[in-house]
Amino acid sequence: MDFNLFSSANFQWVFFGSLLLGFANGVIGSFVLLKKQSLISDAMAHAALPGVCLMFIIFEIKSIPLFLIGATITSLIATHFIQSIVKHSRIKTDAAIGIIISVFFGFGIVLLTYIQQNSSGNQAGLDSFIFGQAASLVRSDVQLITIGSLILVIVTTLFFKEFKISIFDPQFARGIGLPVSFFNGLLLALVVGAVVIGIQMVGVVLIAALLITPPLAAKYWTEKLGMMALLAGIFGAISGVSGAVLSSVINDLPTGPMIVLCASVIFFFSLLFGSKKGMAVKVVRQL
Amino acid sequence: MTYTLWIILTGSLVGLTCGVTGSLLVLRKMSMIADAISHTVLLGIVGAFFVSQSLNGLPMLIGAGVVGILTAFFVESLHSSGVQSDAAIGVVFTSLFALGVVLISFIGDQVHLDTKHALMGEITFVPWNTLQINGVNYGPIAVWMLGIVLILNLFLIWIFYKEIKISTFDPQYAKLIGVPVVFVHYLLMTMVSLSTVASFDSVGAILVVAMLIVPGATAYLLTDRFFPLLLLSGGIGILSALIGYGFAAYWNVSVSGSMASASGVLFLFAFLFSPKHGVIVRKIKNKQYAS
Repeated sequence: MDFNLFSSANFQWVFFGSLLLGFANGVIGSFVLLKKQSLISDAMAHAALPGVCLMFIIFEIKSIPLFLIGATITSLIATHFIQSIVKHSRIKTDAAIGIIISVFFGFGIVLLTYIQQNSSGNQAGLDSFIFGQAASLVRSDVQLITIGSLILVIVTTLFFKEFKISIFDPQFARGIGLPVSFFNGLLLALVVGAVVIGIQMVGVVLIAALLITPPLAAKYWTEKLGMMALLAGIFGAISGVSGAVLSSVINDLPTGPMIVLCASVIFFFSLLFGSKKGMAVKVVRQL
Repeated sequence: MTYTLWIILTGSLVGLTCGVTGSLLVLRKMSMIADAISHTVLLGIVGAFFVSQSLNGLPMLIGAGVVGILTAFFVESLHSSGVQSDAAIGVVFTSLFALGVVLISFIGDQVHLDTKHALMGEITFVPWNTLQINGVNYGPIAVWMLGIVLILNLFLIWIFYKEIKISTFDPQYAKLIGVPVVFVHYLLMTMVSLSTVASFDSVGAILVVAMLIVPGATAYLLTDRFFPLLLLSGGIGILSALIGYGFAAYWNVSVSGSMASASGVLFLFAFLFSPKHGVIVRKIKNKQYAS
């Protein structure tokens, strides 16, 4: 047990970083859920790994901003591939997602082992992109996570109404002169942003859970999108903080899986006791 | 047999077993269930370890089978309670997988089971982990497990060939003429879980997902008929394993990662050049019609 952590300045950054990261993912995830793109976000996350590795191979330095740029590029390529496979062949969306997830991630692992064979020791830490490790974050990393998440939350809040209309009723949105494809693109950028910023702390394998689970839990409490996004944000923030704290306090617990597990507990609780569609409510109503 | 041959044989068996089983899932639009199960069997393996305190084949197979079916069941129940299917799959598999990974870190160094192993497997250790009975060496355990699961899967497909075929192509009609559709569904889920756990130890979750989905999808671009599709999918699985191994040996990189990449390259070829469905071939044909 390492209680010094609570007092260290670094810990305060990890606290705020995981809080805002969870909040941003929960809010953005609500739109992802509405657009039925939960599993596409999982593909984006897995596809971030080769991007990170390629940046290291090309520039031979460990620079988080560069890694995140690489991750963004390969995530967008993966999304584009999924769309073109579905569009140009008879492969269905789910198979296309599965293909892209496994092939991109497999290629990422190939690059990771290539780096381990061929470079001089300072690659340590690339592994932590797989499952995330809050303990390995330095202050500048956490600051990046915090500020990035803040920007995501602000942009989502600013265009909340526009996103809502262009998802629910694209025809109407076009009718009143909204640039729907622009907002679809912006939303895609936000999702990629949320995934990429989170991979250091949660890891590429499980970051999508932070987009999927909190909004799904929120759905058991409310039917209004605004309320759902807010609740999802709060659930995400609770998961982020409790996961990050637990994994720092108890040695060797991987951060990403702990955060996801906290979100799963919240989901399970909501599934049972949610005030709108929870199982308990359903049972009571039937009596 | 030599060290290299054992590894190639293991990879090919994974390709064949997963390729044949997975092609059924691609046809039934259940690829992501395969993805989910191949992640969650980790929990089954860890659970089996906590119960039996060993990493023996049989408890692992049972644990993985149970968790695999549970995964399918949870997804099904969430879906029927009104959760959209992609989100249902997402929440179930990430939860169970995260639980598995966290539990692994409690096992610590007692046994050879860690998160990296779970993802990437240890195919290079396969030839060392052999089956010994009365001091006689019968070859790697992984090969035995894969061989048994392969035979079992082929046997089940052979027995229920008609039922699987009808319920895949026309579930409504199948229900109407009394084919046990739900039984076939869970039969397939069991086959997927078994294939996964037999492959898991040697090649890890990544390659299992790749081999379950990619060869089936590639074969689906090359043929329209059911039986050839099964054969082709198995063949493409083996081919991916062979190409991937060659690449991995040459560059000295992860074997399972490069087998997954090889399957991706084969898919890309089929996507572009398939005589019937290839993008480029269709473009050329369209031009011929136009002129």
